[in-house]
Amino acid sequence: MAVVAPESFLHDKRRFLAGRTWRFSRHGVRVALRGTVHALAVDNGFSVFDAVFMSATVYAGASQMVGIELFGHNVQPWLIVLSVFAVNFRHILYSASIARHIRHFSGLQKFFAFFLLVDPQYAETEKRAERGEPVTFAWYLGFGLIIYLPWQLMTLLGAIFGQMIGDPKAIGLDVLLPIYFMGLVLGFRKRDNWLPVVAVSSLASIAAMHFVGSPWHVSIGAIAGILLAACLPLSKRHEEPVTLEHEV
Amino acid sequence: MDNAEHMHLIYVILAAAVATFLTRIGGYVMITQMKRIPPRMEAALNAVPAAVLSTLVAPAFLSGGWDVAVAMLVALAVGLRFSSLWMLLAGWLVVMAIRHLLV
Repeated sequence: MAVVAPESFLHDKRRFLAGRTWRFSRHGVRVALRGTVHALAVDNGFSVFDAVFMSATVYAGASQMVGIELFGHNVQPWLIVLSVFAVNFRHILYSASIARHIRHFSGLQKFFAFFLLVDPQYAETEKRAERGEPVTFAWYLGFGLIIYLPWQLMTLLGAIFGQMIGDPKAIGLDVLLPIYFMGLVLGFRKRDNWLPVVAVSSLASIAAMHFVGSPWHVSIGAIAGILLAACLPLSKRHEEPVTLEHEV
Repeated sequence: MDNAEHMHLIYVILAAAVATFLTRIGGYVMITQMKRIPPRMEAALNAVPAAVLSTLVAPAFLSGGWDVAVAMLVALAVGLRFSSLWMLLAGWLVVMAIRHLLV
């Protein structure tokens, strides 16, 4: 494990704060949205403690919803765990892709880094590396905690006050999550072959949803787009040294 | 729920947590077994974010109902120029307007 010099620690501390406040509003919206969804947990036999315990240990929103739903239907435990694994399968791709940027983390730092590897964490880490800014552990942890801690709080509030929220459609909550993900997709539009990858993954996921079913459409659609990117002609950028580009 | 049932739930949650962690570390373990990353593999990894996130968007566009589809199209147009906070606001306003004013 590398020894951190004091000055670099101070520098990292500043980055930590920057990571904490950066685009807080955007992630706040998503966290708030997810919190309301946890209201469902109580209907399916989860106590407030169980709901928070699940958020704190599994920490993967969509799969938690699947797990809660299946548990409410008395499905066999192995099938519940397998379903959670299937919904989270995309994280294997995230963790392979992020390896390039977090190689310098120590073993323990990597443990936390992978534990906190949720969709926005992955997207922001990739974007930060793309801008040529260093992915330090302090930045990573700072960014991770502003998602993790409010997420626990919203689970708690969602489980306690869940019954007070009526139909999420009536207040337009159902539209926010797909639009949030669409914003993340748009954020990568400068990358090579972005449009063909998005088109193929979208079509493949729709077809897989129809013929195979959820949640496999995520993995099938993703793999279709990734295979396409591997097969398309390589851009010249791979032969040239990486240039530092700063975008707003 | 009685005590045994509750412990059963706790075990299922812990198993789900382990399964989730395995997905989060699995790709790293696989990729670090390789000495160097070939260019085509790198191109594939670069496509991961757009490819995965697209699969969370496209099915919702078709299955969410026409009001959600219209809201997503408006949000897409907004997103070409503005940040995603504006996308969320525009999409939400559109879907609320359709649901409460038109229908």
